[in-house]
Amino acid sequence: MAETLLDIRGLKTWFKTDDGMVRAVDGVDLRIERGETVGVVGESGCGKTVTARSVLKLIDMPPGRFEDGQILWQGRDLIPLPQDEMNKVRAREIAIVFQEPMTSLNPVYTVGDQIAEVIAQHQKLNKKQALEGAAEMLRLVNIPNPQRRIHDYPHQFSGGMRQRVMIAMALSCRPKLLIADEPTTALDVTIQAQILELMQEMKERFGMAIMLITHAMGVVAETCQRVTVMYAGKVVEEAPVRELFGSPRHPYTQGLIRSIPRVDRAATHKERLEAIPGTVPSLLEPPPGCRFAARCRFVTEVCTRAMPTMKEVSPGHFVRCVL
Amino acid sequence: MSRQYLIRRLLLVIPAMLGISVLLYTVLALAPGDPFSELAANPAVPPEVAQALRTKFGLDDPVWIRYWRWLIAMLHGEWGFSFQSRMDVDRLIMQRLPTTLIVIGAAQLLAILVALPVGVLAGTRPYSIFDQIANTLAFVGFSLPTFFTGLLLILVFSIQLDWLPFVYRADIDATGWRFYWEHIKQSIMPVMVLGLFQGASLVRYVRSSVLDVVRLDYVTTARAKGIGERKVISRHVVRNALIPVVTLVALQMPIVFGGAIVTEQIFRVPGIGSLLISAMLANDTPVIMAVTFVFSCLVVLCNLIADVLYAWLDPRIAFR
Ligand SMILES: Nc1ncnc2c1ncn2[C@@H]1O[C@H](COP(=O)(O)OP(=O)(O)OP(=O)(O)O)[C@@H](O)[C@H]1O
Ligand SMILES: [Mg+2]
Repeated sequence: MAETLLDIRGLKTWFKTDDGMVRAVDGVDLRIERGETVGVVGESGCGKTVTARSVLKLIDMPPGRFEDGQILWQGRDLIPLPQDEMNKVRAREIAIVFQEPMTSLNPVYTVGDQIAEVIAQHQKLNKKQALEGAAEMLRLVNIPNPQRRIHDYPHQFSGGMRQRVMIAMALSCRPKLLIADEPTTALDVTIQAQILELMQEMKERFGMAIMLITHAMGVVAETCQRVTVMYAGKVVEEAPVRELFGSPRHPYTQGLIRSIPRVDRAATHKERLEAIPGTVPSLLEPPPGCRFAARCRFVTEVCTRAMPTMKEVSPGHFVRCVL
Repeated sequence: MSRQYLIRRLLLVIPAMLGISVLLYTVLALAPGDPFSELAANPAVPPEVAQALRTKFGLDDPVWIRYWRWLIAMLHGEWGFSFQSRMDVDRLIMQRLPTTLIVIGAAQLLAILVALPVGVLAGTRPYSIFDQIANTLAFVGFSLPTFFTGLLLILVFSIQLDWLPFVYRADIDATGWRFYWEHIKQSIMPVMVLGLFQGASLVRYVRSSVLDVVRLDYVTTARAKGIGERKVISRHVVRNALIPVVTLVALQMPIVFGGAIVTEQIFRVPGIGSLLISAMLANDTPVIMAVTFVFSCLVVLCNLIADVLYAWLDPRIAFR
């Protein structure tokens, strides 16, 4: 049995708004072992980003609040941890890469300074050594002329290059876990493939675990060992990747998998891309029962009465559905 | 920051100053009254004599010729002669300018020293008690005109408590530390009035700018680095938030000088603001022209400083 790095148990991150309590993350369980890649998928607004930011406690409070649950990092709960202790976990143990490379870097500092800042913070190095470390990181993420590029400002880099810089920054302290929140969504397709390849390469080199948040089921199939499917603030299914694609159990997961565009089949079978009908329900005071009920084709009367519990249908394959 | 940017900025000052001087000169020439209109109204002076004097000083020449003459004289360092004070305008201005610069400078410094920390603190803790108090005070300070707060301070500290003098004197007959103490004492009220008025609006700018910056993605990136909230704020929020504030402060400079004129009147500070007003009352055109021109120079200089600061704060600017 591998060592568990991150174990999120029953996490509830809610937001207080003028309209009421938004239950963005409402009882999420998620486990990541050392060195594995876990995919987190789900429609827009289902709480993936909030879950990811909760792990590093990057949620603005207020309006956000940890209502319940634990975030166990190597057995230690991060939620009650004081700021200065938390800052020793950030970047050094868990690092994060965001969706928007264009806005994630501070425009007024050189990229070298921004990478060096994190290196200097966690490894007792002086500024010059930290800058050398920054150049070394840029070289690792395949940015040409790293010694010169560390003196450039973010606006002198393209989107794909900036995402490489973000990855370099995230990995500069050799974290055990990299959280990548849709790292390729804002990039065009050819660059997307390059960034994913780079992440794979970095993983092989440093052996860190990755929590990969994405919309792209195809990416999950290629890179992840396990997948967690979220719907409206809850985990609805969790399984090893082959198992999930081979025998998805939750109707929502089945819908997601059917909605993957298949270039090879679409032309011959005249199959249409299948979108899941309806939209994500409001997270304000959600009704009892399964949250997918309103959109589910197999909905029965029991579904609307109480929230189904997670049950293990085969080893390591959990699903929150009465079927 | 590139040297090219700096040179380009400096070169722009020349056409700006020329344009301003043309405008000022024309407006003043079109305004009714000049130093000799009193002479014409005086029955003791024969009209031929008055006319001869006007011709001698070239007062009836076309505006552009007079402007040209003025410009050439200015370039030679001759600022003209004050008909009212019977002395050279440049000497008159050099007597008055330091006082004004000290009062305005101290007031701006006070404004920045108060507004920066208060604005940053309020902006990083929006809707907290501190923010609400700061906001209310800023609103009050910003709404009260300087002549009102000035008179109020005089009433309290000079008349009721008799702590501070309410007339600013340039000729203090004391030496050593007493000389400085007297100067500080008489500067307190004008500096407070101007500085707090400036500071009040500055607090609001800084606060809203900080509010805009703290929710940007790169601030979250900075937090994720584990460098601690203080460094996040001082390195990644304050510097970025100051970029728009610098522009606003530079744009406000004409208002600052306007406010300084009023404040100098209230406290009878012998600066160039009060010089301007007495010159206007006496139709002393060379002095009016020179003082307004000095004010314009100061505004242009402040804008130049703002441009340099702006480019230093935001490296993207200097690359354009
Ligand atoms: N600061 C906030 N205040 C109020 N509601 C918030 C806040 N942050 C997030 N939410 C809500 O939390 C919900 C989940 O958002 P989240 O960003 O986690 O979705 P997501 O799964 O990452 O979506 P996407 O795929 O579009 O990135 C959304 O409904 C959003 O409105
Ligand atoms: Mg998201």
